Amino acid sequence: MPTFVSINPFVELSNLIPTVALQGFLIAMAALTVGGVLLDIMHKKNVQYFFNDAKKAKERATVNVSAGKKAEIIAKTVAYDVLTSGEFCGWKRRVAHLLGMYGTIIFWVTSAILVFKYATPISETPVIISQLWHLGAAMTCLGAYWFWFFLRVDVSAEGHKWYKVIFADLFVLALVITSTFGLAWSYLQAEGSAWNNLFLVLFILSNTVLFGGVYWSKFAHMFYKPGAAIQKHLAQADGSNDNLPEPADAPKQFGLGIRRESPKHY
Amino acid sequence: MSTFVYMTRCDGCGHCVDICPSDIMHIDETIRRAVNIEPNFCWECYSCVKACPQNAIDVRGYADFAPMGHKVRVLREEEKGTISWKIVFRNGTEKNFVSPITTKPWGKHIHKVAEAEVPDQAAHESQLLFNEPDYLKIGDNRDAKLINPDGLPSRAKDTFKQGVYY
Repeated sequence: MPTFVSINPFVELSNLIPTVALQGFLIAMAALTVGGVLLDIMHKKNVQYFFNDAKKAKERATVNVSAGKKAEIIAKTVAYDVLTSGEFCGWKRRVAHLLGMYGTIIFWVTSAILVFKYATPISETPVIISQLWHLGAAMTCLGAYWFWFFLRVDVSAEGHKWYKVIFADLFVLALVITSTFGLAWSYLQAEGSAWNNLFLVLFILSNTVLFGGVYWSKFAHMFYKPGAAIQKHLAQADGSNDNLPEPADAPKQFGLGIRRESPKHY
Repeated sequence: MSTFVYMTRCDGCGHCVDICPSDIMHIDETIRRAVNIEPNFCWECYSCVKACPQNAIDVRGYADFAPMGHKVRVLREEEKGTISWKIVFRNGTEKNFVSPITTKPWGKHIHKVAEAEVPDQAAHESQLLFNEPDYLKIGDNRDAKLINPDGLPSRAKDTFKQGVYY
């Protein structure tokens, strides 16, 4: 294992930037996230739509779902749809999303631990925390670059080239570039390269774009999707099921039955 | 009649983009979810509705299909070979139908055209299409008695198979 992954990059940084400034930056990023999501909710009115839709579904319900059953459905949804990204229809997107999701969570959580607890020149950082920080960034890069080059629907279905950037890429690009610059900065700093300052600036800028762009990017989907998944499963349980027909009781002559194939036109 | 997408259901997989014969299902450049970019050019083929793994696509129907204000929902179950339809009229009346999936598994039931004989000039000038009359399954004795004077195949109505045709 390379030695730089066991080093807390924020310790060295605290010689250059006061620890309180680092902590202030993280708090500012968290505040930008909360503010961006709230503005997004107010502008798109998506939460209002969501609850109106849920109310309509309740009116169409044919089965009364008990509170216990609801809790069970929510727990199952969290375990399957949220924690294992089970609602993705393709396994590649699911694996890439899991890598990106858990990589990002590990990266952010360990960033907070490193900055708030171990970011002074005399800090003795547990090696495992530093390693997890680098592992999280690497996982994010792996999942996000896989998605970017091969799985992204613009490439896989629209037939666009990987380098054609659109507005919807703001989130994933900012995320993967932040992790990439973070890793590069950490490596160059551990190696004593003068280039580390450049990558530090890029790391700060990309973080600012990622968290400052919440209102315009897909960042907030991580808060909406679990709610939508829970509502979908509750609607299946109460019989409203988004107005979908009942599963067919098919006569035998109704065809051979086929296996769904992923499109591969490009 | 044109399709539209429920954004909370769509996961942006692109199956509808691939299957749309009119090439009007695309991915929105801001939110990366499917969107029908030109509803006027929708063929009403329901391909995207059936192909969507998330049941995220719905249809606004014309009045010649069902009275205005209705909703059409489609559930495709490939393993059963069925497509179920549910129409809810604006007065709350529900109509449910089940149709067969006529798609055959690739490589098993589709004629391998590349291995077929190259048609001669007579075949080019004939009104029969490729693999006709064999494809029409009009009996083992595919002689001149089964071909009308106009060159098209014929079959007695009482020999039709009962039930669903596909």
